[in-house]
Amino acid sequence: MAQGVFVICEQQDGSFRKISYEAVSEGRRQADSLNTDLTALVLGGGVAEMAVDLEKFGPDKILVADDPALADYSTEAYTSVCTHAIKSQDPMVIITGASTQGKDFSARLAARLDAGLAMDCVAIRIENDQLIYTRPMFGGKILAEINIVGTPHIVAIRSNVMAITESSRTSTIDQLDVQVDEAKIKVIDKKLESGDKVELTEADVIVSGGRGTGGDYSAIEELAALLNGAVGASRSAVDEGWRPHSDQVGQTGKVVSPNLYVACGISGAIQHLAGMSTSKNIVSINKDPEAPIFSKADFGVAGDLFAVIPEIIKEVKKIKE
Amino acid sequence: MDVVVLVKQVPDTESLIQIEGDGVSIKTDDIKWVMNPYDELAVEAALQIKEAKGGTVTILSLGPEKTVETIRTALAMGADKGVHISDPAAEGSDALSKGKLLAAALKTLPFDLVIAGMRAVDEDNYQVGSAVAEFLDIPQISQVTKVAVEDQTIKCHRVIEGGTVVVEAALPALFTTQRGLNEPRYASLPGIMKAKKKPIDTLSLADLGIDPETVGPAGRKVKVAVLNFPPDRKTVKMIDGENPGEMAAKLVKILHEDVKAI
Repeated sequence: MAQGVFVICEQQDGSFRKISYEAVSEGRRQADSLNTDLTALVLGGGVAEMAVDLEKFGPDKILVADDPALADYSTEAYTSVCTHAIKSQDPMVIITGASTQGKDFSARLAARLDAGLAMDCVAIRIENDQLIYTRPMFGGKILAEINIVGTPHIVAIRSNVMAITESSRTSTIDQLDVQVDEAKIKVIDKKLESGDKVELTEADVIVSGGRGTGGDYSAIEELAALLNGAVGASRSAVDEGWRPHSDQVGQTGKVVSPNLYVACGISGAIQHLAGMSTSKNIVSINKDPEAPIFSKADFGVAGDLFAVIPEIIKEVKKIKE
Repeated sequence: MDVVVLVKQVPDTESLIQIEGDGVSIKTDDIKWVMNPYDELAVEAALQIKEAKGGTVTILSLGPEKTVETIRTALAMGADKGVHISDPAAEGSDALSKGKLLAAALKTLPFDLVIAGMRAVDEDNYQVGSAVAEFLDIPQISQVTKVAVEDQTIKCHRVIEGGTVVVEAALPALFTTQRGLNEPRYASLPGIMKAKKKPIDTLSLADLGIDPETVGPAGRKVKVAVLNFPPDRKTVKMIDGENPGEMAAKLVKILHEDVKAI
């Protein structure tokens, strides 16, 4: 009978993504609730040494699939290696991150294993011996609680939602034999943004601007940088060409859950609110005190963002000193 | 080049979503139904490929009768023909079953390339495109922001966390669209007139050779136990003050000392 929790970790160029720590931590919690073991799988090229970094999050076993053919993410190779490992372990629950890579790969894996998938899961709990997965639909306007029939269950967790917790366990580490067919998809170029740019879906703080910015994001960028956060934008700001599509927060953009979301000059269209309403703390700065955004905010400032943000920057600098 | 575009009819993103009395479905009475925005990008991409390379663009959609309106919209944009999987027994299928149904229909159609939205903005599963590719045993390239098609190959840019990758695959292949790929055209009036005469084939489960027990509610691996609204936030606390400086000072003090968010 299928048992055990199996986490598939994501790394890029030799560092684990934060979502991997979230996934292993959540995997530990669920394995404890189910009174079963936790296995973590690491795939990549030259990842044998970094695998031990996962130990502090509590897997019983770490499996390492280390092969040059896995250095760049490939749907086919990753699905094939994971399928092989999963079949030999026969887990009940598979947890991975719902990153760009995780979405691509968990969906293919679900089809290959003929398994139910809870995409973008934000909570896992057990009720009457049944695992219940909470996931947003309609861009976050609705939270669905779902059950999965049969095993394994595949759960792709949303970034920035599950807590990272450490454990004092020791893990065994095993190398997997990897056999990868020639890739059908070839990576011909890969450009990673250099510097400290914080990925929107992983950011603890997002300072976001809308139509009220008139296209001037200088104050927003400065505040975001000061808080080590990322800059977001509303759809209208993206449609105006003020920000790239990759900055868009909303039902047709990214759904984010930072610890702090500061909405500046954003009125709060339904489709934008859907993308940010799971943020832990929401601040709205808007000239119009009747703007719908205030209904979703915890703290509101009715004022001109160009007057208020520079003052916020001054105050934050005082704290930082 | 023969391109098939997977299209889904969904509630407009400006729609207010209400939960039905059964607790597991949404009220559909007041909803405005539109083409999934990511599928509009897919239709546009297919039309641009046809304009450059020749060939055909076929719209494939699964859904109830009213789905025909969305197929017609795609035909009015310039697609050549529609295929509609319409069968009451297919309704209520989960993403995996939808993938099986669409793949079964694709096996009856000539194609070099399949294009789908990266997700539908109703169920947000990000799953159907990958499932279709798996069941057809072809490569998938997801969340594409730029595409170049040659005679035998496709080259795509994908935005990943912290960067961009460019990948190349041999055709046939499937890719899914991400915002930024293109600006979808509007249907012109002559386009709308022409669309009325374009063919739409209807396929049933029997036509696809699929056992009704394996799809629809009975075939679901993912069962919705209950739908809820996200918890309400408590009423907003408006920060007062004589001037921006005073308001900013109060706000930052709360965020730092009470909420510990900065």
